[in-house]
Amino acid sequence: MTSPLAIETRQLVKVFGTNRAVDGVDLRVPQGTVYGVLGPNGAGKTTTLRMLATLLKPDGGEALVLGHNVATEAAAVRQRISLTGQFASVDEDLTGLENLRLLAGLLGFRRRDGRARAEELLQGFGLAEAAGQQVKYYSGGMRRRLDIAASILVTPDLLFLDEPTTGLDPRSRNQVWDIVRALTRGGTTVLLTTQYLEEADQLAERIAVIDHGRVIAEGTSAELKASVGTSVLHVSVLSADQREPAARVLREQLGIEPYAEADPTALTLQLDDTRHAPRALNALTEADIPLRSFSLGQPSLDEVFMALTGHPAEPETDTMEVTA
Amino acid sequence: MSDQKLAPMTEPETGALFDADLQQAISRRAAPRRPGPVSNATMFGWRALLKIKHVPEQLFDVVVTPIMFTVMFTYLFGGALAGSTIDYLQFLLPGILAQTVIFTTIYTGVTLNTDISKGIYDRFKSMPIWGPSPLVGAMLGDFLRYTGSSIIVVLIGLLMGFRPEAGLAGVLYSMVLLNVFAFGIGWIFTTLGLLMRTPGTVMTISWIVLMPLTFASNVFVDPATMPGWLQAVVNANPVSHLVSAIRELMAGTATLSGLLLALALPAFITVVFAPLAMVLYRRPR
Repeated sequence: MTSPLAIETRQLVKVFGTNRAVDGVDLRVPQGTVYGVLGPNGAGKTTTLRMLATLLKPDGGEALVLGHNVATEAAAVRQRISLTGQFASVDEDLTGLENLRLLAGLLGFRRRDGRARAEELLQGFGLAEAAGQQVKYYSGGMRRRLDIAASILVTPDLLFLDEPTTGLDPRSRNQVWDIVRALTRGGTTVLLTTQYLEEADQLAERIAVIDHGRVIAEGTSAELKASVGTSVLHVSVLSADQREPAARVLREQLGIEPYAEADPTALTLQLDDTRHAPRALNALTEADIPLRSFSLGQPSLDEVFMALTGHPAEPETDTMEVTA
Repeated sequence: MSDQKLAPMTEPETGALFDADLQQAISRRAAPRRPGPVSNATMFGWRALLKIKHVPEQLFDVVVTPIMFTVMFTYLFGGALAGSTIDYLQFLLPGILAQTVIFTTIYTGVTLNTDISKGIYDRFKSMPIWGPSPLVGAMLGDFLRYTGSSIIVVLIGLLMGFRPEAGLAGVLYSMVLLNVFAFGIGWIFTTLGLLMRTPGTVMTISWIVLMPLTFASNVFVDPATMPGWLQAVVNANPVSHLVSAIRELMAGTATLSGLLLALALPAFITVVFAPLAMVLYRRPR
């Protein structure tokens, strides 16, 4: 028996005007895991998530969340899920404590219990000192943590996190990751969308890669990497003027076109067969091209995304201009 | 938690969250019994109060505008329009009261629109709560604003020499009537707040509707001196009916038919716009 599914969608579709934002998405998310939905801006991640959280009606297909149909049993779904949207959905004018007490009251906590629960969450999420401050004075990381705290006053069976760490500094990001890991230890299924391949790699047991409203690849991080090429050879020469000769040697030895990285001393090659790599490295030494470093390993998820879609995942890193 | 140290909004020294505290915070918690609609709406009323507490600036218009209008009109035009400023004030104050409360209803739409644009309504909508409670709760805050602004106007009036013949009772009945009227027309602005893209647009459109409605009425002058066509407009204006009813309540001469006439519009608007607002609110974006 496989573990029961927290989410199961079949050919889920959402159309905005002429734009098929979600164009037939199939997802199978096992319970108790972190599932990553990975893709660039506008790929359809948020739209998919909003349909699963009953905030948008699907235009086609079917979605079961914890066994309930999102279109016909929205109320039953809402009882057991929680959503943390991309933009902080807390009240900026209220304090952190007031925000949590308000939501606790709405969920049916009695006054004292609600306050105790709010304080416990603020303590656990490193927000105790800021509890009495209006949220508009919070840093991005604090706001995000309050937002997640607001989503788990009652522990949901399924938590949706829409780009939980976009725009956060590394420390804040690590704190959010700690929280996500702690939640799954407690048995909550977490579905998160992200543009960051590292995040999916670090947190998610399974990953769906989405582009233009479709799932273009699905599996564990290792499976995705294996599905692309077998491995990747990274070579770094001592100075930029040695990169071109090194590229020539590698091309001759391996019959593969090296890819010039943004770093002017770095080259990358996708290898189908790793056995020839040592010979190629020897040839570099014989040609008197000293290396600063080299490595042979699995491709990063960045490289996987590139290979699957033909364009980089993160538009910000478009600056990889090759001038050879 | 209540000690308001001047804590700068920086993170604690250590980056890591304390494991034991985190574990405690995320430990599994069952849902309490689901509360009823009244409880839900009351929580939203509490939220509205907190917002007034934290952002008292939002009451600035509510306080300053009526003071400005009362003082300006009474002393500028009072003598010319009614022979003496005191006589004019007696005529003007119920009208200013109505105008103030009507202007205040704009905030219903603006506040709602601001909320929605900030995404907090996404959270409310994905929670297992009574659907209309955010709208109903917000109205509790509105009642506070309506009552507050009418108290200010009456106080200013009393200070300047306004004397309601029906005394305190007349004033209290007037306030009740005003609250009911404002609740009714508030649905228009709730609807606008749900339809428009930005709070600014809601504000602009609301003014375009309300300015002619309040000025082409009997708020400032007796329509007897107006040209016939304008008299017809003024006499058909629901704001005129409201102002007449308040004048009668303050003078102790109110009639049932006058009150019913004043309440016809808000009743009609509630019947039409409240369901419309609910549909718009529930509509998935």
